[in-house]
Amino acid sequence: MELHFYLTISACLFTLGTIAIFWRNNLIAILMGVELVLNASGLNFVAFSKYTSASLHGQIFALFIIVIAAAEAAVALALVLRFYQSSSSVDVETANKLRH
Amino acid sequence: MIDFKTIVLIFFGALAVSSAVLVVFLRNIVYSAFSLIATFFSLAVLFIFLSAEFVAGVQVLIYVGGILILFLFALMLSQQLSQKAVKLSSTKLLPAVLLALPMLGIFLFVIYQTDWELVQNIQMEEGVASLASLLLDKYLLPFELASILLLGALVGALLLARPGEK
Repeated sequence: MELHFYLTISACLFTLGTIAIFWRNNLIAILMGVELVLNASGLNFVAFSKYTSASLHGQIFALFIIVIAAAEAAVALALVLRFYQSSSSVDVETANKLRH
Repeated sequence: MIDFKTIVLIFFGALAVSSAVLVVFLRNIVYSAFSLIATFFSLAVLFIFLSAEFVAGVQVLIYVGGILILFLFALMLSQQLSQKAVKLSSTKLLPAVLLALPMLGIFLFVIYQTDWELVQNIQMEEGVASLASLLLDKYLLPFELASILLLGALVGALLLARPGEK
C-alpha cells in the first residue's frame, strides 16, 4: 500500500502542474507547472525502483531528471527575460508576433 | 496503531500536495515561488523515506538552492513587484480543469486497479557508493552526455539573456 501512497501524491502533483501549464498566463508560472510535472515523474521513478525491484536504477533516472530540469530552467528563464526585453511583459497572451 | 513514521510520511505527503495547490492557485506569483520551496522540501523528505538519501540531498541543493533562486531572479527582473495582482483569466480555468481532472481520475484508476508486482522484504543497496559505481559504470554515457548538455545550456542561456546589440 505504500507504493500507492507515493503514486497518488505524484499523480496529484502531475495534475496540478498540468493545470498550471494550461491555466496561468504568466510565463514563469507556467515554468513552475513544468517543474511540478518533472518532480512528479522523479518521485514515480524512485518509488517504483524501491518497491518493484529494490534497485538503484530509478534513483539514477531521478538524478538525470533533476539535471535536465536545471538545464531546462536556465534556458527557459533566459528566453523569458529575452521576451520581456522585447515586449515588456511576461504574459503569454501578448506573445502573438513572429517578429517585431 | 499508526506509528510515528507513518504520521511524518502522511504529513509531508499532504504538505507536498497542498503547497503545490498553492503554487497553482495563488495570485501573487512571488508567493507561488515560495510555496514551491515547500513542495520541493517535502518531496526531499519523501525521497529520504524511499531510501534515496542522495537524491534528496541533490533535490534540496539543485531545486531549492539553484532553480528556485533562478526563478526568483527572473521574477524580480521581469516585473515590478509592486504590481501584485497577476492577471488570471477565468475563461481558461474551465478547460484546464476539464482536461486535468479526468487525467487524475485515469491515473488513480490505474494506480489502484493494477496488480503491481511488489518485492517482498526490500533489501536496498545502501549508501552513495553503489549509486556512484552504477553512475560511472553502467550509466557512464548518459552521465557524460548530461555534462555536455549542461555546458550547452550554460552557453545558450548566456547568449539568450544578453541584451542584443542594435
